[in-house]
Amino acid sequence: MKKLINKPEDVVREELEGIVYAHSDLVKVCYEPNYIVRADAPIMGKVGVISGGGSGHEPMHGGFVGMGMLDAACPGAVFTSPTPDQMLEATKAANGGAGVLHIVKNYTGDIMNFEMAAELGRAEGIEVEAVVTDDDVAVKDSLYTAGRRGVGVTVLAEKLCGAAAEEKRSLKDVADVCRKAKDWGRSMGMALTSCTVPHVGKPTFDLPEDEMEIGIGIHGEPGRTRMPLKSADEIVEMLMEPILSDLPYKEGDNVLLFVNGMGGTPLIELYIIFRKAYQIAEKHGIKVVRNLIGPYITSLEMAGTSITMLKLDDDMIKLWDAPVKTPALRWGV
Amino acid sequence: MSITRDDTLNWVKAIAGVINEKSTYLTELDAAIGDADHGANMDRGFKAVMNKLPEISDKDIGTIFKTVGMTLISTVGGAGGPLYGTFFLQVGMKTAGKMELSLTDWTDALEAALNGVVMRGKAELGDKTMVDALTPAVAALKQSISESQPIHKALELSAEAAKKGMEGTVPLVARKGRASYLGERSAGHQDPGATSSFLILKTAADTWKDIPA
Repeated sequence: MKKLINKPEDVVREELEGIVYAHSDLVKVCYEPNYIVRADAPIMGKVGVISGGGSGHEPMHGGFVGMGMLDAACPGAVFTSPTPDQMLEATKAANGGAGVLHIVKNYTGDIMNFEMAAELGRAEGIEVEAVVTDDDVAVKDSLYTAGRRGVGVTVLAEKLCGAAAEEKRSLKDVADVCRKAKDWGRSMGMALTSCTVPHVGKPTFDLPEDEMEIGIGIHGEPGRTRMPLKSADEIVEMLMEPILSDLPYKEGDNVLLFVNGMGGTPLIELYIIFRKAYQIAEKHGIKVVRNLIGPYITSLEMAGTSITMLKLDDDMIKLWDAPVKTPALRWGV
Repeated sequence: MSITRDDTLNWVKAIAGVINEKSTYLTELDAAIGDADHGANMDRGFKAVMNKLPEISDKDIGTIFKTVGMTLISTVGGAGGPLYGTFFLQVGMKTAGKMELSLTDWTDALEAALNGVVMRGKAELGDKTMVDALTPAVAALKQSISESQPIHKALELSAEAAKKGMEGTVPLVARKGRASYLGERSAGHQDPGATSSFLILKTAADTWKDIPA
């Protein structure tokens, strides 16, 4: 294992220490239990929007704490859901009296820990709503399984909900924005390489030089199929087809097209992916009216990409364009 | 004869040792079909439990198990935290105020633990989860009661049943937890959660093997 770390068990703590040195104008960090919270939280009368998940997906979620996006984020150990006591403290810190929205990615651990935290928060008299994102079309959905994973839509939902909360919309209305994003967004990802969890010390799976994994999640977990490496255009076609046909997206739809890097893929390649994805959308008469390109929901140093498409209405476009000032996403201010 | 408070403390300590020793193994099982963190998470949790034990070693059995459960919930994370936290909380609630446990007490506690895990994780038998190891273990304990087996024999039989249940997860296609994202590709691998559940029950049988009949 070659990593720029000191000790595997200190990775999350030292990352948090770096974040607070870099961004103390935007965020505060609390330790044991660990959470990152807006420097000016709680904001009275505003719905608190929080999220959390395993570390290793940076900048998600801690990099999205700040004006116009998240009020707090709970980082777990690498690829491990945070614990209910973290989420409870973050919920309390974010509560400005108008309730708190938990944005939860659909993973068994995240769901159970956030459910426990919501029960504890409600027991303390805080109104808590939770919305679970589950946009990964690579996973077959069924009543009898854990369902689809929450991936790229989570980032977009955090931005939209943060903007809605800044407008002082009610908890139900902010949660409705999240539900709409969840209903109208779909994603699919692929990997060129595996990644190494620091305390494991070796790659989660082996991926030969001439092969790729399609349908990968964000935890270095294997995908659904492995196949010989193909060209960027062919890969984009393989990712876009299941996304387009799932919702399905229709001619005349306005969409946000989000091309995400998994952590080890350079921007030059992401633009090549975006180019083809844009062309495919246009060919189907779908208008790409907004975009996001870059590593926003990563899987440590994994090379690869995920594509997320989110249908937008006028309200969502307005919320997307609203000012945001966080360590990782910033415009309009 | 019965399981004393000191026996339960020894069991908890022994689990911490076994989990530490098997942590890499559990993580490797998890790497095959999950996200390669089960061993490390459980090890972190039981290390925290070991730090808590001195403060509670003079308390009743229920308090000891409840403290184990709360500690796991706040330190393990992932799915293992809420599930094993619930497991020990339920054992603690069933054994509240007790200073020793009969085989029937233990069976009731383990059944409550299983039910708690099923409620929290919404998994059923055959979903390729820890439920597949715990369910036959509880059934074996009940059968031992009806056959008037001595405690050590009953524990041994329940550990054997858990082992069979764990091994039975190998061909299954996961329907719950992160392994379910793999669909058919999850078959052919032993479930890490069922494995840690077996290890915990096996440790009970080993730690309590000298309890007189």
